[in-house]
Amino acid sequence: MSISHALLGLLETGPRHGYDLKRTFDAKFGQDRPLHYGQVYSTMSRLLKNGLVEVEGIEPGEGPERKRYAITDAGITDVQQWLATPEKPEPYLQSTLYTKLVLALLTGRDGAALLDVQRAEHLRLMRELTRRKTEGDLADQLICDHALFHLEADLRWLETAAARLDKLAQEVRA
Amino acid sequence: MMSTGTVPAADPTADTGVLLSANGLRKTYGTTPALDGADFAIRPGEIVAVMGPSGSGKSTLLHCLAGIVPPDEGQVRYAGRELSALSDAERSALRRSDFGFVFQFGQLVPELTCLENAALPLRLAGTRRKEAEAQAARWLERLEVDDVRHHRPGQVSGGQGQRVAVARALAGMPRVVFADEPTGALDSHNGERVMQLLTEAARETQAAVVLVTHESRVAAYSDREIVVRDGRARDMSAMAGAV
Repeated sequence: MSISHALLGLLETGPRHGYDLKRTFDAKFGQDRPLHYGQVYSTMSRLLKNGLVEVEGIEPGEGPERKRYAITDAGITDVQQWLATPEKPEPYLQSTLYTKLVLALLTGRDGAALLDVQRAEHLRLMRELTRRKTEGDLADQLICDHALFHLEADLRWLETAAARLDKLAQEVRA
Repeated sequence: MMSTGTVPAADPTADTGVLLSANGLRKTYGTTPALDGADFAIRPGEIVAVMGPSGSGKSTLLHCLAGIVPPDEGQVRYAGRELSALSDAERSALRRSDFGFVFQFGQLVPELTCLENAALPLRLAGTRRKEAEAQAARWLERLEVDDVRHHRPGQVSGGQGQRVAVARALAGMPRVVFADEPTGALDSHNGERVMQLLTEAARETQAAVVLVTHESRVAAYSDREIVVRDGRARDMSAMAGAV
């Protein structure tokens, strides 16, 4: 994810201090990976340098920097461009799972066991996300659903690979 | 929990805490082996997903566990009793009193209203109509389909019908719920809601749930999963975390 665009987008809803930006980002997007303060301030310095944000005011006080940042017109244009540009779909062609499976088969190891262990691990995570989803609000549900759909796709691939394992073993050893 | 059937009460879960177990089940249809030495165990309040490719023996396992189909070999033990040692009448009574069933297409009785459908297992177990319908109504409310209680199954959506089927399965406070692809005919949103309501209710009443599904998102509502391949059942939960 582009953190600078996410922070810039949050600033479009109104001017904020760095600390406030970090808290809002963490609450909305930082589910498992909260931002470091350092990331916020270095990003703000860069956006400032590029003219995408400006310092609206500096408040005296103890603790962290109390600069209040506001988005500029150029910043709004930048956010608009970012939102309007589709993300490149991940091709997932360099799959670690596939590499591990082929290497297991090449070295005479048990490919089915490898797939079973991975399958169990995927389902364990899916259970965890499902629990979190059922206890959470709509934002949690959507975030967890996104992850769940991807894990489900992985699982389908694991099933497909398991069903074709003998043929794959023949091909990679040929 | 309940026990209103004619089968005499027995050692509830024995000393192992296992409520329902199967050992070395074999079942062949014609020349096709459906189960080939399958084992299974479930404790009260546990939700176990049974997964596996089509034709792997998932449904046969469920039918054997529920005493609907007798295995050719092996044993099924429920609450300390072996099912094959019971007479047909005793097994039927056990299914009515202790087991609840949810199938892929609800299988509601079309001539009855949703309320009458949900109350049916209780009525068959001898509960008076008023009491049975009062209990069924509470479950319809719990399953969020109270508003269709006077409709017939043909007048409700697939999702509503399936919720009525879940209410019917739970109204008798069964100790084991057998669910065979309970969300297979529903869209993803409705399917998940049905799973959420089913698993919440089962956990609350400490009912064990045997959940046959081929959908991983549905299986994710379980506590652990068994994979059936070529008629053999394997417990996968021990493998998680091993990578």
